[in-house]
Amino acid sequence: MAHQEGVVADADDSGRVSLMNDPKARGLVFQVLLIIFVLFLVYSGVTNAIDNLARAGIASGLGFFGERAGFDIGQSFIPYTNDSTYLRAFFVGLLNTMVVAIIGIFFATIIGFIVGLARLSKNYLVQKFATVYVETLRNIPLLLQLLFWYKAVLSILPSPRQVGLEPGAEVVFSLNNRGLYMPRIVPEAGASLILYAVIIAIVAWVFIGRWARKRQMATGQQFPVFLTGLGLIIVLPLLAYLVTGMPLSLEYASLQGFNMVDGWVVQPEFMALLLGLSLYTASFIAEIVRAGILAVSHGQSEAAFALGIRPNLTSRLVIVPQAMRVIIPPLTSQYLNLTKNSSLAVAIGYPDLVSIFGGTVLNQTGQAVEVISITMLVYLTLSLLTSAFMNWFNSSVALVER
Amino acid sequence: METLPTSIRYVRTEESPTTAPPVSTGGAMGWLKVNLFATPRDTVLTIVTFLFLLWIIPPIIDWAFISAVWTGESRDACIGPGTGACWAFVEAKFGQFIYGRYPIEERWRVNLSGLLLIAGLVPIAIPSVPYKRENALYLLVVFPVLAFILLTGQFGLEPVETPLWGGLLVTLVVAIVGIVVSFPLGILLALGRRSEMPIVKMFSVIFIEFWRGVPLITVLFMSSVMLPLFLPDGVTFDKLLRALIGVALFSSAYMAEVIRGGLQAIPKGQYEAANAMALTFWQGTRLVIMPQALKLVIPGIVNTFIGLFKDTSLVLIIGLFDLLGIVQQNMNDPNWISPATPATGFVFAAFVFFIFCFGMSRYSAYMERRLDTGHKR
Repeated sequence: MAHQEGVVADADDSGRVSLMNDPKARGLVFQVLLIIFVLFLVYSGVTNAIDNLARAGIASGLGFFGERAGFDIGQSFIPYTNDSTYLRAFFVGLLNTMVVAIIGIFFATIIGFIVGLARLSKNYLVQKFATVYVETLRNIPLLLQLLFWYKAVLSILPSPRQVGLEPGAEVVFSLNNRGLYMPRIVPEAGASLILYAVIIAIVAWVFIGRWARKRQMATGQQFPVFLTGLGLIIVLPLLAYLVTGMPLSLEYASLQGFNMVDGWVVQPEFMALLLGLSLYTASFIAEIVRAGILAVSHGQSEAAFALGIRPNLTSRLVIVPQAMRVIIPPLTSQYLNLTKNSSLAVAIGYPDLVSIFGGTVLNQTGQAVEVISITMLVYLTLSLLTSAFMNWFNSSVALVER
Repeated sequence: METLPTSIRYVRTEESPTTAPPVSTGGAMGWLKVNLFATPRDTVLTIVTFLFLLWIIPPIIDWAFISAVWTGESRDACIGPGTGACWAFVEAKFGQFIYGRYPIEERWRVNLSGLLLIAGLVPIAIPSVPYKRENALYLLVVFPVLAFILLTGQFGLEPVETPLWGGLLVTLVVAIVGIVVSFPLGILLALGRRSEMPIVKMFSVIFIEFWRGVPLITVLFMSSVMLPLFLPDGVTFDKLLRALIGVALFSSAYMAEVIRGGLQAIPKGQYEAANAMALTFWQGTRLVIMPQALKLVIPGIVNTFIGLFKDTSLVLIIGLFDLLGIVQQNMNDPNWISPATPATGFVFAAFVFFIFCFGMSRYSAYMERRLDTGHKR
């Protein structure tokens, strides 16, 4: 900014500016002072911390990562026992955070888009319902919503016995105060072929899509890409399943004594966190979607109709691509918010990064500086990665100007 | 023009049928037809939504009003099967929800602080009331000092330790201190981020992006666990103050970004005009740039405040008793434990938060509309 130090006043007869009023000199002095101030803060902070830690007899450094953790974790996607190291506990927490964030983003996006479109609906009932949804959820703190789902809804569900489960009987689907129980799919020998079939189908879908677009550009003929892709993704794995001799079986949950065993369980903490995060973030996404669609001028759809494009195609080819450009940047910050908000898991006992690392590990080791710095660094990295990815995606849909 | 062969000549022999009159859009039936049953898809949507509402609304009404318990002395009133909300619980604990454990005979000080706040807020919120500058000065400087004196108890007033504070009082204290501190800090950071001095700019960018990249809960953990380690031996802050420091730093980063948006919207000519008038940087900023930039971002500031207000509930995780914290604590009061208590408490807290946040968001929308007209050409 050229106006930074505004005015060159007090010029003496020789035309030279006194040092006091020279913007460059003043800027230099100010910045040197700032650096000295920050260095002083850091220095005094570090010396104080070293003194305080020495007095309290707390070790420093990252050595604790190799030690035995000695506590149990309710939900883990990698093998973990209380004999595992703190490092492993850290990764369990990180993975739990990422799982809930990714699934939350998935649901929040879907619900958000539906509600956002519903707010623009001409249908009175649908529109009012969407408005009430958005205004209510947006104006209530997320932590309150999480606690509500956890303590006031899921915790007071009936117990497995009250639900009427017979001990030992196979459970197909049951929601009780222990969680949501469903059969687990157990892969046997040869099941990996099914996974490969799914991957092949997805790759084929992408390639067919490219080929179809190229052909349409060249000849004007259309090709039913979506239906073909859908067919592939159903037929190929099914074929693989049949060819390999049906290598999947279901493992049902059952009630043994007072506890539920086996099966696939979604724990109440996870459910509450997921419900809270997706419903809350969806209300913000809905507003973003609505604003994005309203930002596309009315003339665009009129022009499309004038060209004889049908309403469905108009929204797919004219409205949505233009709205997406407005939607994506704020959508990114909502995704980041959701990821950061997943740290509220600590309040309802879902073992995420903050709860495991900033909670239990901090209490056991007492190494506040290391533990909290690492936790913050992880979130910073996640934030930067998400925004880098969304920036890339944004640039791929951005307006290409001549 | 060539005559066509008689075989394909077309002569209409009878009148074409008259088209039906357009569907009436007036009256109740017309309204229904346009707004609810315009197309078959609309009809399906209407019926599905209606059935969904029919499924959720009657139980909610039943829970909140019909089977609710309105009066009672203890959990016995709410424990029966099929009872709905236990409003007696809210009634019994209302004082705690508002003041926490603030001594009952000293509660007038909290009330007086609240009145002082309202006395400053109402005139500044109404655009036509004059003396905005003095009013803002009152809210940002005079009121905080007065409230500090009243609430903590200085100058001969009975001192009240902060661990006794709680409920809505703490929620408001955290939110207001956060906004009052973050406002000047945010202005400085926003100016720093747009500065030409590379080191100032770098520090501002790092500061802003760091706080915006981490969750508030880790900031609160940091200020409650890590901060004491960095202070010299013997210097201690109380818990509330540590939380306030964390909240203030966190929200100043968000505030800085809002204000930067306003600064960016000011045309370059304004800066140049300020320079041409021989104003120094700070004079130009104070007299020309900021008044315009801040006016532009009033809705953004209000939205930041709404976010901050909701986020204050997080202080319960580090053991402070804000509104949500005290509601949650009272749920575990053995005198009141019942299956209906948690839901009742949360709904009450949600209602209070909703009133505040919804009110503010309406105000922000109103300001946005008002400010919008001035910039349309």
